Amino acid sequence: MSAAITATNPHGERIRRVAYPALVAVVVVSVWQAMVVAYELPAYLVPSPFLMMKTLVADRAALGSALWVTVRITLFAFVLATAIGVLISFAFVQSRTLETALFPYAVLLQVTPIVAVAPLLIIWIKDPMASMVICAALVALFPVIANTTLGLRSIDPDLQSYFRLNRATRWQTLVRLRIPSALPYFFGGLRISSGLALIGAVVAEFVAGTGGSGSGLAYQIMTSGFQLNIPRMFAALLLISLTGMALFVAMAWLTRAALGSWHASESSHD
Amino acid sequence: MTVEADAPAIEALSATKTYPDGTHALQPVDLTVAEGEFVTLLGPSGCGKSTLLKMVAGLLEPSDGRLLLWRRPVSQLDATGRRIAFVFQSPTLMPWASVATNVRLPLDLAGVPRPEAEARVADALGLVGLTKFAAALPRTLSGGMQMRVSIARALVVDPQLLLMDEPFGALDEITRGRLDAELLELWRAKRLTVLFVTHSIHEAVFLSSRVVMMAARPGRVVEQITIDEPHPRTPEFMVSPQFSRYARRLQESLLAASAETETETEPTAAERVRA
Repeated sequence: MSAAITATNPHGERIRRVAYPALVAVVVVSVWQAMVVAYELPAYLVPSPFLMMKTLVADRAALGSALWVTVRITLFAFVLATAIGVLISFAFVQSRTLETALFPYAVLLQVTPIVAVAPLLIIWIKDPMASMVICAALVALFPVIANTTLGLRSIDPDLQSYFRLNRATRWQTLVRLRIPSALPYFFGGLRISSGLALIGAVVAEFVAGTGGSGSGLAYQIMTSGFQLNIPRMFAALLLISLTGMALFVAMAWLTRAALGSWHASESSHD
Repeated sequence: MTVEADAPAIEALSATKTYPDGTHALQPVDLTVAEGEFVTLLGPSGCGKSTLLKMVAGLLEPSDGRLLLWRRPVSQLDATGRRIAFVFQSPTLMPWASVATNVRLPLDLAGVPRPEAEARVADALGLVGLTKFAAALPRTLSGGMQMRVSIARALVVDPQLLLMDEPFGALDEITRGRLDAELLELWRAKRLTVLFVTHSIHEAVFLSSRVVMMAARPGRVVEQITIDEPHPRTPEFMVSPQFSRYARRLQESLLAASAETETETEPTAAERVRA
Protein backbone atom coordinates (compact mmCIF):
# COMPACT_ATOMS: atom_id res chain seq x y z
CA MET A 1 0.00 0.00 0.00
CA SER A 2 2.68 2.49 0.99
CA ALA A 3 4.85 1.32 -1.90
CA ALA A 4 2.02 2.11 -4.29
CA ILE A 5 1.72 5.57 -2.84
CA THR A 6 5.41 6.39 -3.12
CA ALA A 7 5.50 5.01 -6.66
CA THR A 8 3.04 7.62 -7.83
CA ASN A 9 4.63 10.39 -5.79
CA PRO A 10 6.97 12.48 -8.00
CA HIS A 11 8.87 13.71 -4.96
CA GLY A 12 9.57 10.14 -3.87
CA GLU A 13 10.62 9.37 -7.42
CA ARG A 14 13.23 12.13 -7.30
CA ILE A 15 14.56 10.93 -3.97
CA ARG A 16 14.84 7.40 -5.31
CA ARG A 17 16.73 8.62 -8.37
CA VAL A 18 19.43 9.97 -6.07
CA ALA A 19 19.21 7.41 -3.30
CA TYR A 20 19.53 4.23 -5.37
CA PRO A 21 22.76 5.18 -7.20
CA ALA A 22 24.15 6.56 -3.93
CA LEU A 23 23.44 3.21 -2.31
CA VAL A 24 25.32 1.45 -5.12
CA ALA A 25 28.27 3.81 -4.58
CA VAL A 26 28.34 3.11 -0.86
CA VAL A 27 28.27 -0.65 -1.44
CA VAL A 28 30.97 -0.59 -4.13
CA VAL A 29 33.29 1.68 -2.14
CA SER A 30 32.83 -0.40 1.02
CA VAL A 31 33.55 -3.66 -0.78
CA TRP A 32 36.58 -2.08 -2.46
CA GLN A 33 37.91 -0.80 0.86
CA ALA A 34 37.25 -4.17 2.54
CA MET A 35 39.00 -6.12 -0.21
CA VAL A 36 42.06 -3.88 -0.14
CA VAL A 37 42.29 -4.27 3.63
CA ALA A 38 41.45 -7.99 3.72
CA TYR A 39 43.90 -9.03 1.00
CA GLU A 40 46.47 -6.43 2.01
CA LEU A 41 46.74 -5.18 -1.56
CA PRO A 42 49.72 -2.85 -1.98
CA ALA A 43 48.83 0.78 -2.79
CA TYR A 44 50.93 0.68 -6.01
CA LEU A 45 48.52 -1.93 -7.38
CA VAL A 46 45.12 -0.92 -6.03
CA PRO A 47 44.91 1.95 -3.59
CA SER A 48 42.02 1.91 -1.18
CA PRO A 49 39.27 4.50 -1.67
CA PHE A 50 40.32 6.05 1.59
CA LEU A 51 43.89 6.49 0.39
CA MET A 52 42.62 7.88 -2.89
CA MET A 53 40.57 10.52 -1.10
CA LYS A 54 43.52 11.31 1.15
CA THR A 55 45.75 11.81 -1.90
CA LEU A 56 43.07 13.95 -3.49
CA VAL A 57 43.12 16.25 -0.49
CA ALA A 58 46.90 16.19 -0.03
CA ASP A 59 47.63 16.91 -3.71
CA ARG A 60 44.73 19.27 -4.14
CA ALA A 61 46.91 22.12 -5.41
CA ALA A 62 48.48 20.13 -8.25
CA LEU A 63 45.31 18.20 -9.04
CA GLY A 64 43.14 21.31 -8.83
CA SER A 65 45.21 23.23 -11.35
CA ALA A 66 45.35 20.14 -13.55
CA LEU A 67 41.59 19.86 -13.38
CA TRP A 68 41.27 23.50 -14.35
CA VAL A 69 43.52 22.96 -17.40
CA THR A 70 41.50 19.96 -18.58
CA VAL A 71 38.18 21.66 -17.96
CA ARG A 72 39.35 24.71 -19.89
CA ILE A 73 40.44 22.64 -22.89
CA THR A 74 37.16 20.75 -22.77
CA LEU A 75 34.99 23.85 -22.58
CA PHE A 76 36.88 25.77 -25.28
CA ALA A 77 36.72 22.71 -27.54
CA PHE A 78 33.04 22.20 -26.82
CA VAL A 79 32.15 25.80 -27.60
CA LEU A 80 34.31 25.76 -30.71
CA ALA A 81 32.76 22.49 -31.92
CA THR A 82 29.25 23.80 -31.25
CA ALA A 83 29.84 27.07 -33.11
CA ILE A 84 31.52 25.46 -36.11
CA GLY A 85 29.10 22.54 -36.16
CA VAL A 86 26.07 24.84 -36.20
CA LEU A 87 27.54 27.00 -38.97
CA ILE A 88 28.30 23.92 -41.07
CA SER A 89 24.76 22.61 -40.51
CA PHE A 90 23.24 25.90 -41.65
CA ALA A 91 25.39 25.77 -44.77
CA PHE A 92 24.38 22.14 -45.40
CA VAL A 93 20.71 22.95 -45.06
CA GLN A 94 20.88 25.92 -47.40
CA SER A 95 22.66 23.95 -50.10
CA ARG A 96 22.19 20.27 -50.88
CA THR A 97 25.20 20.44 -53.20
CA LEU A 98 27.41 21.58 -50.38
CA GLU A 99 26.12 18.85 -48.11
CA THR A 100 26.58 16.15 -50.74
CA ALA A 101 30.10 17.37 -51.43
CA LEU A 102 31.24 17.76 -47.84
CA PHE A 103 29.32 15.30 -45.69
CA PRO A 104 31.63 12.36 -46.48
CA TYR A 105 34.50 14.42 -45.10
CA ALA A 106 32.60 15.10 -41.91
CA VAL A 107 32.23 11.34 -41.59
CA LEU A 108 35.91 10.87 -42.40
CA LEU A 109 36.71 13.27 -39.59
CA GLN A 110 34.53 11.28 -37.26
CA VAL A 111 35.89 7.82 -38.08
CA THR A 112 39.58 8.75 -38.09
CA PRO A 113 40.90 8.02 -34.58
CA ILE A 114 41.93 11.29 -32.99
CA VAL A 115 44.97 9.60 -31.41
CA ALA A 116 46.34 9.15 -34.92
CA VAL A 117 45.74 12.77 -35.92
CA ALA A 118 46.70 14.46 -32.67
CA PRO A 119 50.53 14.18 -33.05
CA LEU A 120 50.28 15.99 -36.41
CA LEU A 121 48.17 18.76 -34.96
CA ILE A 122 50.54 19.15 -32.05
CA ILE A 123 53.48 19.45 -34.44
CA TRP A 124 51.67 21.87 -36.73
CA ILE A 125 50.21 24.15 -34.15
CA LYS A 126 52.74 25.95 -32.06
CA ASP A 127 50.62 26.83 -29.08
CA PRO A 128 50.03 23.56 -27.17
CA MET A 129 46.82 24.82 -25.63
CA ALA A 130 45.41 25.69 -29.08
CA SER A 131 46.46 22.37 -30.54
CA MET A 132 44.78 20.44 -27.73
CA VAL A 133 41.61 22.50 -28.02
CA ILE A 134 41.46 21.83 -31.74
CA CYS A 135 42.04 18.12 -31.18
CA ALA A 136 39.20 17.91 -28.72
CA ALA A 137 36.95 20.07 -30.91
CA LEU A 138 37.49 17.71 -33.85
CA VAL A 139 36.28 14.82 -31.72
CA ALA A 140 33.23 16.75 -30.53
CA LEU A 141 32.27 18.25 -33.91
CA PHE A 142 30.46 15.46 -35.68
CA PRO A 143 27.45 14.92 -33.38
CA VAL A 144 26.70 18.65 -33.55
CA ILE A 145 26.79 18.65 -37.35
CA ALA A 146 24.85 15.42 -37.76
CA ASN A 147 22.14 16.21 -35.21
CA THR A 148 21.68 19.85 -36.10
CA THR A 149 21.49 19.12 -39.81
CA LEU A 150 18.96 16.38 -39.18
CA GLY A 151 16.99 18.72 -36.94
CA LEU A 152 16.99 21.57 -39.42
CA ARG A 153 15.60 19.19 -42.03
CA SER A 154 13.08 17.51 -39.74
CA ILE A 155 10.31 19.97 -40.32
CA ASP A 156 6.68 19.14 -40.87
CA PRO A 157 6.31 19.11 -44.68
CA ASP A 158 2.87 20.72 -44.41
CA LEU A 159 4.26 23.52 -42.26
CA GLN A 160 6.97 23.99 -44.87
CA SER A 161 4.26 24.20 -47.56
CA TYR A 162 2.44 26.69 -45.38
CA PHE A 163 5.53 28.89 -45.18
CA ARG A 164 5.93 28.61 -48.96
CA LEU A 165 2.28 29.56 -49.50
CA ASN A 166 2.82 32.65 -47.41
CA ARG A 167 5.91 33.51 -49.45
CA ALA A 168 8.23 33.27 -46.48
CA THR A 169 11.82 34.21 -47.25
CA ARG A 170 14.65 31.76 -46.64
CA TRP A 171 15.59 33.75 -43.58
CA GLN A 172 12.05 33.69 -42.16
CA THR A 173 11.84 29.95 -42.76
CA LEU A 174 15.18 29.42 -41.06
CA VAL A 175 14.42 31.53 -38.00
CA ARG A 176 10.74 30.77 -37.52
CA LEU A 177 10.59 27.16 -38.65
CA ARG A 178 13.89 25.36 -39.06
CA ILE A 179 15.69 26.55 -35.94
CA PRO A 180 12.83 25.91 -33.51
CA SER A 181 12.22 22.49 -35.07
CA ALA A 182 15.92 21.69 -34.78
CA LEU A 183 16.38 22.64 -31.13
CA PRO A 184 15.58 19.26 -29.55
CA TYR A 185 17.96 17.53 -32.01
CA PHE A 186 20.59 20.21 -31.43
CA PHE A 187 20.54 19.70 -27.68
CA GLY A 188 20.72 15.94 -28.17
CA GLY A 189 23.87 16.55 -30.19
CA LEU A 190 25.31 18.82 -27.52
CA ARG A 191 24.86 16.17 -24.88
CA ILE A 192 26.94 13.70 -26.87
CA SER A 193 29.48 16.35 -27.87
CA SER A 194 30.14 17.54 -24.35
CA GLY A 195 31.26 14.07 -23.34
CA LEU A 196 33.33 13.69 -26.49
CA ALA A 197 35.03 17.04 -25.88
CA LEU A 198 36.28 15.75 -22.54
CA ILE A 199 37.51 12.52 -24.11
CA GLY A 200 39.19 14.54 -26.85
CA ALA A 201 40.85 16.79 -24.30
CA VAL A 202 42.23 13.83 -22.35
CA VAL A 203 43.47 12.12 -25.52
CA ALA A 204 45.11 15.35 -26.69
CA GLU A 205 46.85 15.77 -23.35
CA PHE A 206 48.13 12.22 -23.49
CA VAL A 207 49.50 12.73 -26.98
CA ALA A 208 50.96 16.12 -26.20
CA GLY A 209 52.49 14.42 -23.16
CA THR A 210 55.43 16.10 -21.56
CA GLY A 211 56.04 17.96 -24.82
CA GLY A 212 53.09 20.13 -24.02
CA SER A 213 53.33 22.76 -21.34
CA GLY A 214 49.93 21.53 -20.18
CA SER A 215 49.58 19.98 -16.80
CA GLY A 216 46.08 18.65 -17.23
CA LEU A 217 44.63 15.61 -15.53
CA ALA A 218 45.83 13.25 -18.26
CA TYR A 219 49.31 14.62 -17.78
CA GLN A 220 48.94 13.99 -14.04
CA ILE A 221 47.90 10.40 -14.72
CA MET A 222 50.91 9.89 -16.96
CA THR A 223 53.50 11.32 -14.60
CA SER A 224 51.90 9.54 -11.63
CA GLY A 225 52.23 6.32 -13.62
CA PHE A 226 55.91 6.93 -14.23
CA GLN A 227 56.41 7.58 -10.52
CA LEU A 228 54.22 4.60 -9.55
CA ASN A 229 52.12 7.05 -7.58
CA ILE A 230 49.01 4.99 -8.19
CA PRO A 231 46.81 6.69 -5.56
CA ARG A 232 47.27 10.01 -7.35
CA MET A 233 46.50 8.31 -10.67
CA PHE A 234 43.23 7.12 -9.20
CA ALA A 235 42.51 10.56 -7.80
CA ALA A 236 43.05 12.16 -11.20
CA LEU A 237 40.90 9.52 -12.83
CA LEU A 238 38.14 10.21 -10.34
CA LEU A 239 38.30 13.91 -11.18
CA ILE A 240 38.00 13.19 -14.93
CA SER A 241 34.95 11.00 -14.31
CA LEU A 242 33.37 13.60 -12.08
CA THR A 243 33.99 16.27 -14.74
CA GLY A 244 32.24 14.08 -17.30
CA MET A 245 29.30 13.58 -14.96
CA ALA A 246 29.11 17.29 -14.26
CA LEU A 247 29.07 18.04 -17.99
CA PHE A 248 26.30 15.53 -18.54
CA VAL A 249 24.19 16.99 -15.75
CA ALA A 250 24.85 20.54 -16.95
CA MET A 251 23.75 19.63 -20.48
CA ALA A 252 20.60 17.95 -19.24
CA TRP A 253 19.81 21.04 -17.21
CA LEU A 254 20.58 23.36 -20.14
CA THR A 255 18.34 21.33 -22.44
CA ARG A 256 15.44 21.52 -20.05
CA ALA A 257 16.00 25.21 -19.40
CA ALA A 258 16.29 26.11 -23.08
CA LEU A 259 13.41 24.02 -24.41
CA GLY A 260 11.25 24.71 -21.40
CA SER A 261 11.76 28.45 -21.45
CA TRP A 262 11.30 28.50 -25.21
CA HIS A 263 7.80 27.21 -24.77
CA ALA A 264 7.14 29.39 -21.76
CA SER A 265 8.46 32.59 -23.33
CA GLU A 266 6.40 31.96 -26.43
CA SER A 267 3.22 31.47 -24.48
CA SER A 268 3.69 34.09 -21.76
CA HIS A 269 4.42 37.25 -23.78
CA ASP A 270 1.31 36.83 -25.92
CA MET B 1 -4.95 46.07 -64.09
CA THR B 2 -8.42 46.01 -62.62
CA VAL B 3 -10.34 42.80 -62.38
CA GLU B 4 -14.01 42.69 -63.34
CA ALA B 5 -16.33 42.50 -60.39
CA ASP B 6 -17.93 39.27 -61.56
CA ALA B 7 -14.66 37.52 -62.37
CA PRO B 8 -14.75 33.89 -61.32
CA ALA B 9 -12.54 33.19 -58.34
CA ILE B 10 -11.06 30.02 -59.80
CA GLU B 11 -10.78 28.80 -63.36
CA ALA B 12 -9.08 25.56 -64.26
CA LEU B 13 -8.59 25.36 -68.02
CA SER B 14 -7.68 21.82 -69.07
CA ALA B 15 -5.35 21.65 -66.08
CA THR B 16 -3.61 18.30 -65.84
CA LYS B 17 -1.04 16.73 -63.59
CA THR B 18 1.23 13.95 -64.79
CA TYR B 19 4.04 12.78 -62.58
CA PRO B 20 7.50 12.16 -64.06
CA ASP B 21 6.91 8.40 -63.88
CA GLY B 22 3.97 8.81 -66.26
CA THR B 23 1.19 8.44 -63.67
CA HIS B 24 -1.84 10.50 -64.57
CA ALA B 25 -2.67 12.12 -61.25
CA LEU B 26 -5.25 14.25 -62.96
CA GLN B 27 -6.70 14.19 -66.45
CA PRO B 28 -7.59 17.57 -67.99
CA VAL B 29 -9.97 19.38 -65.67
CA ASP B 30 -12.19 22.28 -66.56
CA LEU B 31 -13.70 23.89 -63.53
CA THR B 32 -15.00 27.33 -62.73
CA VAL B 33 -15.76 28.49 -59.21
CA ALA B 34 -17.67 31.75 -58.91
CA GLU B 35 -17.11 34.15 -56.07
CA GLY B 36 -19.16 33.23 -53.04
CA GLU B 37 -19.57 29.57 -53.99
CA PHE B 38 -18.89 26.68 -51.63
CA VAL B 39 -17.56 23.96 -53.91
CA THR B 40 -16.57 20.52 -52.69
CA LEU B 41 -14.20 18.17 -54.46
CA LEU B 42 -15.49 14.71 -53.57
CA GLY B 43 -13.94 11.41 -54.48
CA PRO B 44 -11.98 8.36 -53.34
CA SER B 45 -8.26 8.37 -52.58
CA GLY B 46 -6.14 8.87 -55.64
CA CYS B 47 -8.77 10.81 -57.60
CA GLY B 48 -6.57 13.88 -57.73
CA LYS B 49 -8.77 16.10 -55.56
CA SER B 50 -5.90 17.16 -53.32
CA THR B 51 -3.68 17.56 -56.37
CA LEU B 52 -6.22 19.92 -57.93
CA LEU B 53 -6.51 21.87 -54.69
CA LYS B 54 -2.74 22.20 -54.37
CA MET B 55 -2.53 23.42 -57.95
CA VAL B 56 -5.10 26.09 -57.16
CA ALA B 57 -3.01 27.08 -54.15
CA GLY B 58 0.13 27.23 -56.26
CA LEU B 59 1.80 24.46 -54.27
CA LEU B 60 1.90 22.29 -57.40
CA GLU B 61 2.38 23.37 -61.02
CA PRO B 62 -0.02 21.91 -63.57
CA SER B 63 1.78 19.74 -66.12
CA ASP B 64 -0.40 21.23 -68.81
CA GLY B 65 -3.32 23.63 -69.05
CA ARG B 66 -3.85 26.72 -66.94
CA LEU B 67 -5.10 27.69 -63.51
CA LEU B 68 -6.39 31.17 -62.99
CA LEU B 69 -7.40 33.02 -59.84
CA TRP B 70 -9.53 36.04 -60.65
CA ARG B 71 -8.46 35.75 -64.29
CA ARG B 72 -4.76 35.77 -63.54
CA PRO B 73 -2.24 32.94 -63.25
CA VAL B 74 -1.93 31.62 -59.71
CA SER B 75 1.59 33.04 -59.46
CA GLN B 76 0.24 36.58 -59.97
CA LEU B 77 -2.23 36.43 -57.11
CA ASP B 78 -0.76 39.55 -55.49
CA ALA B 79 -1.70 41.63 -58.54
CA THR B 80 -5.39 40.79 -58.03
CA GLY B 81 -5.40 42.31 -54.56
CA ARG B 82 -7.12 39.16 -53.33
CA ARG B 83 -5.88 36.77 -50.66
CA ILE B 84 -6.20 33.02 -50.34
CA ALA B 85 -5.71 30.80 -47.32
CA PHE B 86 -5.03 27.09 -47.12
CA VAL B 87 -6.10 24.69 -44.40
CA PHE B 88 -4.33 21.34 -44.31
CA GLN B 89 -5.67 17.96 -43.30
CA SER B 90 -3.69 18.12 -40.06
CA PRO B 91 -3.72 21.31 -37.97
CA THR B 92 -0.11 22.00 -39.05
CA LEU B 93 0.70 24.20 -36.08
CA MET B 94 4.09 25.10 -34.65
CA PRO B 95 4.24 22.95 -31.50
CA TRP B 96 6.63 25.32 -29.72
CA ALA B 97 4.47 28.40 -30.18
CA SER B 98 1.29 29.48 -28.43
CA VAL B 99 -2.09 29.49 -30.14
CA ALA B 100 -1.89 33.27 -30.60
CA THR B 101 1.60 33.10 -32.09
CA ASN B 102 0.48 30.35 -34.44
CA VAL B 103 -2.48 32.38 -35.63
CA ARG B 104 -0.29 35.45 -36.01
CA LEU B 105 2.21 33.58 -38.22
CA PRO B 106 0.91 34.67 -41.65
CA LEU B 107 0.79 38.29 -40.48
CA ASP B 108 4.33 38.07 -39.08
CA LEU B 109 5.56 36.60 -42.34
CA ALA B 110 3.89 39.44 -44.24
CA GLY B 111 5.42 42.03 -41.92
CA VAL B 112 2.18 43.35 -40.45
CA PRO B 113 2.98 45.67 -37.50
CA ARG B 114 2.62 43.93 -34.16
CA PRO B 115 -0.26 45.97 -32.63
CA GLU B 116 -2.42 45.55 -35.73
CA ALA B 117 -1.50 41.86 -35.93
CA GLU B 118 -2.44 41.31 -32.28
CA ALA B 119 -5.83 42.90 -32.83
CA ARG B 120 -6.53 40.77 -35.88
CA VAL B 121 -5.41 37.62 -34.05
CA ALA B 122 -7.84 38.44 -31.26
CA ASP B 123 -10.65 38.83 -33.80
CA ALA B 124 -9.80 35.58 -35.55
CA LEU B 125 -9.63 33.66 -32.27
CA GLY B 126 -12.99 35.16 -31.34
CA LEU B 127 -14.48 33.87 -34.60
CA VAL B 128 -13.51 30.29 -33.79
CA GLY B 129 -14.31 30.60 -30.09
CA LEU B 130 -10.77 30.18 -28.78
CA THR B 131 -10.19 33.56 -27.14
CA LYS B 132 -9.56 31.89 -23.80
CA PHE B 133 -6.87 29.64 -25.25
CA ALA B 134 -4.67 32.32 -26.83
CA ALA B 135 -1.73 31.52 -24.54
CA ALA B 136 -2.11 27.75 -24.64
CA LEU B 137 0.31 25.49 -26.47
CA PRO B 138 -1.24 23.43 -29.30
CA ARG B 139 -0.47 20.09 -27.68
CA THR B 140 -2.67 20.97 -24.73
CA LEU B 141 -5.70 21.28 -27.04
CA SER B 142 -7.96 18.58 -28.48
CA GLY B 143 -7.82 17.69 -32.17
CA GLY B 144 -10.94 19.70 -32.92
CA MET B 145 -9.62 22.75 -31.10
CA GLN B 146 -6.30 22.50 -32.92
CA MET B 147 -8.24 22.48 -36.18
CA ARG B 148 -10.05 25.62 -35.05
CA VAL B 149 -6.68 27.26 -34.47
CA SER B 150 -5.74 26.28 -38.01
CA ILE B 151 -8.95 27.87 -39.31
CA ALA B 152 -8.32 31.02 -37.26
CA ARG B 153 -4.86 31.22 -38.82
CA ALA B 154 -6.52 31.03 -42.25
CA LEU B 155 -9.12 33.68 -41.43
CA VAL B 156 -6.65 36.12 -39.89
CA VAL B 157 -5.37 37.16 -43.33
CA ASP B 158 -8.96 38.05 -44.25
CA PRO B 159 -8.97 35.80 -47.32
CA GLN B 160 -11.48 35.92 -50.16
CA LEU B 161 -10.79 32.29 -51.06
CA LEU B 162 -10.41 29.47 -48.58
CA LEU B 163 -8.83 26.21 -49.77
CA MET B 164 -9.36 23.26 -47.44
CA ASP B 165 -7.79 19.83 -47.85
CA GLU B 166 -9.93 17.33 -45.90
CA PRO B 167 -9.61 19.56 -42.85
CA PHE B 168 -11.89 17.53 -40.59
CA GLY B 169 -11.03 14.09 -41.94
CA ALA B 170 -9.16 12.98 -38.83
CA LEU B 171 -11.82 14.14 -36.36
CA ASP B 172 -14.62 12.15 -34.82
CA GLU B 173 -18.04 12.38 -36.43
CA ILE B 174 -19.57 14.66 -33.81
CA THR B 175 -16.71 17.16 -33.74
CA ARG B 176 -16.62 17.13 -37.51
CA GLY B 177 -20.34 17.91 -37.69
CA ARG B 178 -19.94 20.83 -35.31
CA LEU B 179 -16.98 22.25 -37.22
CA ASP B 180 -18.84 21.82 -40.52
CA ALA B 181 -21.69 23.89 -39.15
CA GLU B 182 -19.30 26.55 -37.84
CA LEU B 183 -17.52 26.68 -41.16
CA LEU B 184 -20.81 27.28 -42.98
CA GLU B 185 -21.57 30.12 -40.59
CA LEU B 186 -18.20 31.73 -41.32
CA TRP B 187 -18.65 31.22 -45.06
CA ARG B 188 -21.96 33.05 -44.95
CA ALA B 189 -20.86 35.80 -42.57
CA LYS B 190 -17.61 36.58 -44.39
CA ARG B 191 -18.93 35.93 -47.94
CA LEU B 192 -16.02 33.60 -48.57
CA THR B 193 -15.41 31.44 -51.57
CA VAL B 194 -14.50 27.95 -50.41
CA LEU B 195 -12.96 25.04 -52.28
CA PHE B 196 -13.22 22.06 -49.96
CA VAL B 197 -11.77 18.58 -50.43
CA THR B 198 -13.46 15.65 -48.72
CA HIS B 199 -14.14 11.96 -49.14
CA SER B 200 -17.32 12.13 -47.11
CA ILE B 201 -20.53 12.26 -49.14
CA HIS B 202 -22.50 13.54 -46.17
CA GLU B 203 -20.08 16.34 -45.51
CA ALA B 204 -20.14 17.32 -49.18
CA VAL B 205 -23.95 17.47 -49.33
CA PHE B 206 -24.23 19.36 -46.08
CA LEU B 207 -21.68 22.03 -46.95
CA SER B 208 -21.71 22.60 -50.65
CA SER B 209 -23.48 24.76 -53.10
CA ARG B 210 -21.91 22.49 -55.71
CA VAL B 211 -20.21 19.11 -55.52
CA VAL B 212 -17.54 18.18 -58.03
CA MET B 213 -17.48 14.40 -58.22
CA MET B 214 -14.11 12.90 -59.01
CA ALA B 215 -12.90 9.36 -59.71
CA ALA B 216 -9.55 7.64 -59.50
CA ARG B 217 -7.21 5.82 -61.87
CA PRO B 218 -6.90 8.08 -63.70
CA GLY B 219 -7.93 11.05 -61.59
CA ARG B 220 -10.70 12.94 -63.33
CA VAL B 221 -13.89 14.93 -62.84
CA VAL B 222 -16.92 12.73 -63.38
CA GLU B 223 -19.83 14.99 -62.71
CA GLN B 224 -20.87 18.22 -61.06
CA ILE B 225 -23.99 18.33 -58.94
CA THR B 226 -25.56 21.50 -57.60
CA ILE B 227 -26.94 21.19 -54.07
CA ASP B 228 -29.87 23.53 -54.49
CA GLU B 229 -30.80 23.94 -50.85
CA PRO B 230 -31.19 27.19 -48.95
CA HIS B 231 -28.89 28.48 -46.23
CA PRO B 232 -28.53 28.55 -43.32
CA ARG B 233 -28.50 24.78 -43.24
CA THR B 234 -29.27 23.24 -39.89
CA PRO B 235 -28.58 19.75 -38.56
CA GLU B 236 -32.22 18.97 -39.44
CA PHE B 237 -31.21 19.27 -43.08
CA MET B 238 -29.06 16.17 -42.58
CA VAL B 239 -32.08 14.03 -41.74
CA SER B 240 -34.34 15.48 -44.46
CA PRO B 241 -35.46 13.45 -47.51
CA GLN B 242 -33.75 15.92 -49.86
CA PHE B 243 -30.46 15.29 -48.09
CA SER B 244 -30.80 11.54 -48.57
CA ARG B 245 -31.70 12.03 -52.23
CA TYR B 246 -28.54 14.07 -52.83
CA ALA B 247 -26.44 11.58 -50.89
CA ARG B 248 -27.85 8.65 -52.88
CA ARG B 249 -27.34 10.51 -56.14
CA LEU B 250 -23.67 11.12 -55.26
CA GLN B 251 -23.24 7.55 -54.09
CA GLU B 252 -24.56 6.21 -57.40
CA SER B 253 -22.37 8.57 -59.35
CA LEU B 254 -19.36 7.45 -57.31
CA LEU B 255 -20.17 3.77 -57.86
CA ALA B 256 -20.68 4.25 -61.58
CA ALA B 257 -17.40 6.08 -61.88
CA SER B 258 -15.55 3.42 -59.92
CA ALA B 259 -17.15 0.60 -61.90
CA GLU B 260 -15.75 1.99 -65.16
CA THR B 261 -12.17 1.61 -64.13
CA GLU B 262 -11.72 -0.50 -61.08
CA THR B 263 -13.39 -3.82 -61.94
CA GLU B 264 -10.38 -5.06 -63.88
CA THR B 265 -7.73 -3.85 -61.49
CA GLU B 266 -9.21 -4.44 -58.08
CA PRO B 267 -11.24 -7.45 -56.97
CA THR B 268 -14.50 -6.69 -55.21
CA ALA B 269 -14.92 -7.57 -51.56
CA ALA B 270 -16.96 -10.63 -52.48
CA GLU B 271 -14.23 -11.84 -54.81
CA ARG B 272 -11.61 -11.29 -52.13
CA VAL B 273 -13.64 -13.36 -49.69
CA ARG B 274 -13.97 -16.22 -52.18
CA ALA B 275 -10.24 -16.13 -52.93
